[in-house]
Amino acid sequence: MSRCLYPDLHTKLASLGLMAWLVWLLLYTAPVTAEDATADLTTAFELLKGRSFKDKGEAVDLIAQSGHERSKMILAALLASHLYKNKEDERIVIRETGKQYQDALSGELLEGVNKRKLKRITINNQLRGQIRDALATLDLASPEATVRLAAVKSMTGNVDEASQARFRASLAKEEDKRVKEALLTALAIAQLDAADPAIRLTAIEQVTGNLDPAIRAKLARLEQDSSQPAVAKAAKQALDGIEFKLQLYATFETLFFGLSLGSVLVLAAIGLAITFGVMGVINMAHGELIMLGAYTTYLMQQLMPGYDEVSLLLAIPAAFLVSGTAGIIIERTVIRFLYGRPLETLLATFGISLILQQLVRTLISPQNVPVSNPDWMSGTLEINSVLALTYNRLYIILFCLLVFTALSLVLKRTNLGLQVRAVSQNRAMARAMGVRSARVDALTFGLGSGIAGVAGVALSQLTNVGPNLGQSYIIDSFMVVVFGGVGNLWGTLVGGLSLGVANKVLEPWSGAVLAKILVLVFIILFIQKRPRGLFPQKGRAAGD
Amino acid sequence: MKPLQAPIKKLMIGVAAAAVLGISSLASATDTIKVGILHSLSGTMAISETTLKDTMLMLIDEQNKKGGLLGKKLEPVVVDPASNWPLFAEKARELLEKDKVAAVFGCWTSVSRKSVLPVFEELNGLLFYPVQYEGEESSKNVFYTGAAPNQQAIPAVDYLMNDIGVKRWVLAGTDYVYPRTTNKILEAYLKAKGVADEDIMINYTPFGHSDWQSIVSDIKKFGSAGKKTAVVSTINGDANVPFYKELGNQGISAEDIPVVAFSVGEEELSGIDTKPLVGHLAAWNYFMSVDDPANDAFIENWHKFIKNDDRVTNDPMEAHYIGFNLWAKAVEKAGSTDTDKVAEAIIGLETPNLTGGTAKMLKNHHITKPVLIGEIQDDGQFSVVWQTEEEVPGDAWSDYLPGSKDIIADWTPPISCGNYNTKTKKCSGQNY
Repeated sequence: MSRCLYPDLHTKLASLGLMAWLVWLLLYTAPVTAEDATADLTTAFELLKGRSFKDKGEAVDLIAQSGHERSKMILAALLASHLYKNKEDERIVIRETGKQYQDALSGELLEGVNKRKLKRITINNQLRGQIRDALATLDLASPEATVRLAAVKSMTGNVDEASQARFRASLAKEEDKRVKEALLTALAIAQLDAADPAIRLTAIEQVTGNLDPAIRAKLARLEQDSSQPAVAKAAKQALDGIEFKLQLYATFETLFFGLSLGSVLVLAAIGLAITFGVMGVINMAHGELIMLGAYTTYLMQQLMPGYDEVSLLLAIPAAFLVSGTAGIIIERTVIRFLYGRPLETLLATFGISLILQQLVRTLISPQNVPVSNPDWMSGTLEINSVLALTYNRLYIILFCLLVFTALSLVLKRTNLGLQVRAVSQNRAMARAMGVRSARVDALTFGLGSGIAGVAGVALSQLTNVGPNLGQSYIIDSFMVVVFGGVGNLWGTLVGGLSLGVANKVLEPWSGAVLAKILVLVFIILFIQKRPRGLFPQKGRAAGD
Repeated sequence: MKPLQAPIKKLMIGVAAAAVLGISSLASATDTIKVGILHSLSGTMAISETTLKDTMLMLIDEQNKKGGLLGKKLEPVVVDPASNWPLFAEKARELLEKDKVAAVFGCWTSVSRKSVLPVFEELNGLLFYPVQYEGEESSKNVFYTGAAPNQQAIPAVDYLMNDIGVKRWVLAGTDYVYPRTTNKILEAYLKAKGVADEDIMINYTPFGHSDWQSIVSDIKKFGSAGKKTAVVSTINGDANVPFYKELGNQGISAEDIPVVAFSVGEEELSGIDTKPLVGHLAAWNYFMSVDDPANDAFIENWHKFIKNDDRVTNDPMEAHYIGFNLWAKAVEKAGSTDTDKVAEAIIGLETPNLTGGTAKMLKNHHITKPVLIGEIQDDGQFSVVWQTEEEVPGDAWSDYLPGSKDIIADWTPPISCGNYNTKTKKCSGQNY
């Protein structure tokens, strides 16, 4: 005989119990029904239509907590300023890509919307922060690990009690390692503010070695807190531990800034090193040749609207040709007749610089022209939370080294380079060996000017392009050439980079204006001791 | 004919011709009233000032369509001082002595205004100055239609402190008199409100500065100490473009560290991509986005005149609009373009501004203006997030600097002085 006297009754009771429990679950624990969510949204929309930012803040909270399936999309649209109120029928609409409009609540595509009747729902900075937090909270439950990771990272640093509870709940279910780590770090940072010193100590242990500035700020406050000495000591230890790393990264950063400033100086000066070095010609129009290169970039962008990368790459050879041709013309028409007369050359080229500036003002515009950067040039490369390198400066440093290498190859490996070096070392001997020095002069000037044009392309990505662009760089170019040694490419490279680094090292201490003055004074003193510069030309006849 | 009659005939024809020419040139000289326009059309400030020249041409054109002033047509005289401060003084002298203009509308940077101040006082000319400035000045010959610090800088700092909860401050400016004086006032104001020394960072850069890497990185570090930080920017001219670009490149968003600028308006933003700048702020007395019928009409006229629907309007343009209208009213009230008569007639006159209110010319040569704070949108326009209910009267002498607290400017008799000390009852005269 079976143990259970009434087997059918048992199962029936069990299934009845199960059903009752399910019904109870549905009725009492389901947080929200579809009608509740829609009602919340409708109330929120009414609040959004007003002018008070406080009301709009309440609306954002309502939308976030409503649990409606479209709440994330509505909040994202509000953040991007794509949420509008239709003045005709008081509906709230979302603007999609492609200028389509959909009803915010139902999602149906609307036809024939009169754009003039739409009033954008404006937000301010505080609302933006609030919406981002709300979106991050919604993202915590996303099925994608990368989305969850981004949400946790964006909320790190300001995790309140409610979010802490949510984080702990997510931690229990989380399987992705990176997200788990991020959750632990965020919780540890929040626990640094806990009332219990034991919790604080554990939290400090967990964040030791982390360079994040928010953590450092909290540790600094804990160190000052004399009411909890054990915590203060632990905080001080943690801070001392990362002190060396912080100094190291700060030095790297200053070095990077200095190298990027220096690479700009090198690019501007390297053309001058050749013309000044080979022919001893003081070319005051060098800055304007740089400016012509920058304007060539602008014109290429105008010719090819929408193709920023292609136009930028094509602008490099174009600028070389434009400025190089301008240089050859200047040499053939003016400088050729003034060899051996440096003062007259200086005056004549100064006049040419004024003519070129006015030419650009008349033909194009006296105001600055906009040159856009391609997408890959914006943004930063984050090495860690204290060291971030901007992409545009990284590319400029690489570009400078490329140009330098190319120029060295031209000078060392080509025939023209050989002749240029011969003429610059000993003109009379070179002519005796059959080198046509007049032709070499013209080509050298063209080469130097062409490089100036290429420098202009690089500068157009960093600074304003206007007729006065050349004036800002001519003095610096001469400084670099004189400091580095005339006629020597390595001198220009080392001189330019070191001047850039020196400028950036001084800047935080003395301010931008005084830093420049100090660098100039230093060069003057250096030239007194070593008039030929860092790397003077070798040879008995050199430097005559 | 007798041999002597031919040359005499020629002589007489010549004299007659000269007389006719002379009379006609005299006639045309008295037929127009000349108005000088002294704005940089090239150089580092051209980005801001060129549009003001165009605004003046439009206002003069409209006034001529209404029949001119005192029955005569207005004739604009445009000169280009090219962002060169000594050249401003030369061009001002040229306008007053050679062209004999009745009034000059011009200048932007305070250094340009300080350069022309001695010229206007020596030659007793009239200057209408349309740009926000640092105060600490009031001249018999200058009418300041731009904001004084109490109409722009102080309300902006109040907004950041009270509405945003800012606790750490970066005061970044270009290295000349306006940012230096404004920062002096703001530093005194912040300290009076209890902000500690280590929570204020002050920084100056030259005009046209383009390498913002280390400064922006310092701002980032200063702002990551756990307290809400904001940047108060008095950076002028085209240095703003690489500054904002660097902020965007280093990932500083307006929600982390908002930047409120005093010299950046729709015109400076019109050439750059403002998507990375959304949320950064500016404090002015007018924005193109203000919803008002007078503003709509002004913008429509402007687009028709300049034949370009993409051109924007900004606060200094509204200041010229107000200044020009006040000047025209004063000329008609005085019945003459003589400087002293116009200066006397203009005090107390009112004219509508473009945000739905009225601007009144006060005894200290400043006007009443509302204060608006706007956030940059992705189309280069501003969305107003805060404004005063009433117009604020301009105060030339800041109440927060110990040397200026007791000084007032009052050009009406019996005081008739720009720097009158109410405690010692003495007029200290203009200090250049």
